[in-house]
Amino acid sequence: MHGFFETDILKDMQRPFYFKIFLVATLLLGINVFAKENSHPVEETEKDLKSEIKEFIGHHLLDSHDFTLYTVDEEKNEHVGFPLPVILWDNGLKVFSSSKFHHGESVAEVDGNYYALNHGKIVKTDAEGTITYDDHHHATNTKPLDFSITKNVVFILLVAILMFFMFTRMAKSYKNNPLPKGIGRLLEPVVLYIRDDIAIPNIGKKHYKRYMSYLLTVFFFIWIINLLGLTPLGVNVTNNIAVTLALALLTYLITTFTANKNYWKHIFWMPDVPVFMKLVLAPIELLGTIIKPFSLMIRLYANITAGHVVLMSILGMMFIFKNWIGSPLSFGLAFALSLLELLVAALQAYIFTMLSALYFGSAVEEHHDH
Amino acid sequence: MDKLIEQFSFGLFFWQLLLFVGLLLLLRKFAWKPILNAVEDREEGIKDALLAAENAKKEMQNLQADNDKLLKEARAERETMLKEAREIKEKMISDSKEQAQAEGDKIIKQAQAAIESEKKAALADIKNQVGSLSVEIAEKVIKEQLSDKDKQLKLVEGLLGDIKLN
Repeated sequence: MHGFFETDILKDMQRPFYFKIFLVATLLLGINVFAKENSHPVEETEKDLKSEIKEFIGHHLLDSHDFTLYTVDEEKNEHVGFPLPVILWDNGLKVFSSSKFHHGESVAEVDGNYYALNHGKIVKTDAEGTITYDDHHHATNTKPLDFSITKNVVFILLVAILMFFMFTRMAKSYKNNPLPKGIGRLLEPVVLYIRDDIAIPNIGKKHYKRYMSYLLTVFFFIWIINLLGLTPLGVNVTNNIAVTLALALLTYLITTFTANKNYWKHIFWMPDVPVFMKLVLAPIELLGTIIKPFSLMIRLYANITAGHVVLMSILGMMFIFKNWIGSPLSFGLAFALSLLELLVAALQAYIFTMLSALYFGSAVEEHHDH
Repeated sequence: MDKLIEQFSFGLFFWQLLLFVGLLLLLRKFAWKPILNAVEDREEGIKDALLAAENAKKEMQNLQADNDKLLKEARAERETMLKEAREIKEKMISDSKEQAQAEGDKIIKQAQAAIESEKKAALADIKNQVGSLSVEIAEKVIKEQLSDKDKQLKLVEGLLGDIKLN
């Protein structure tokens, strides 16, 4: 068996590329499942377990001010991870480490002001950390402007750095050689796909070059960050409405600022319809320009959030069933769903890019005689 | 929707926008432009090479056709040249034959004329010689015979008789 394993490894070494992918995929999927399993302390009563799972999922979907890799003991507030800088704008810049919150257990005191964590949000409190709620259970405390480097910001930064090195490396491989080498071999088909099957058909040969940078960046950014969201680190960046809003806003701004006369004419003064209809259509069309990127924002957010909620719920079911049939079943289901989520990660990136290209295409469309 | 607004984090939005735009600008300068240009150059190169190959093929075909044409022409020319040469040869032969014939005839005629005149001269000569010889003989004979009278008389008689015969 040992010998067989060795020859197998040797064989795989001859195909290092596939081997690496396989290895990474196995590790990611495997640890993903185990990490979540481990972080669940099994409770006595089923009701508590259910609410705990629900709470855990809710917590998982939220951004956080510290980078928790793994919770040792919820009761004793023991976590493995590291704190992140908190940056607040509250009558002046306040910068301090998130370790002051002790994972939301204590009130941080900075320059005579007191801050506490309330469901992952920083609120201003008094020295005792009193949080007042309104009828809808919303905190009524004032919320300072929070520019903290949260877990998600760290991940965005990491992905940005990763992408920068990946693609500058790819660009360098073309310097002396017309054919891609190394990472370029993997990425070039994707880059060409975006150019030939997304940008050119939707925008047209004449204008597509202007939008290529955005389309490529947004595609790879969403794809990579979605994939990383499936890793055991479990950082979901694209299930934050703020992130998808930023991306959709960029699509909207680019569409608006690169649009030609024809585009605006079709919005404000639709040709070839009666004047009355023109007046009716103008506000609808104008609203449409906002609804389009809004749908981009919601679609990406909802898909990724839903995927994570379902996946984690199925994982949680493992602890509720606690029998020989249910648990393996939910494990298998979770595994299948993980695979599906891998697809969704790419699919959502594709859809976002595709629709952005479509909107850009409509913005630069030349006048046609109807 | 309420939860969404509650969840919305302006800080995250700010960082996402900042980092993404930064990434976009950096990648545009250091990655996308070089990559897309390299790919485009390569595609252009392939297109050009294919076109050049196609042209070369066409040119080759043209050359081949030209060669064939030239070969055919050369062959035809050779044929006509050979024919001409053959004709010239035959003509020359016949010409020279005629000429030789004429020349021969002329020579023969000249020879005949010469022979004729020679013959005439020779005959004249012979006549003269025969004449003088006969005169000499006659002289001698006469001198001999006329030494006596009888003989002189006989001779005269003989001569007279000859004249009669003539």
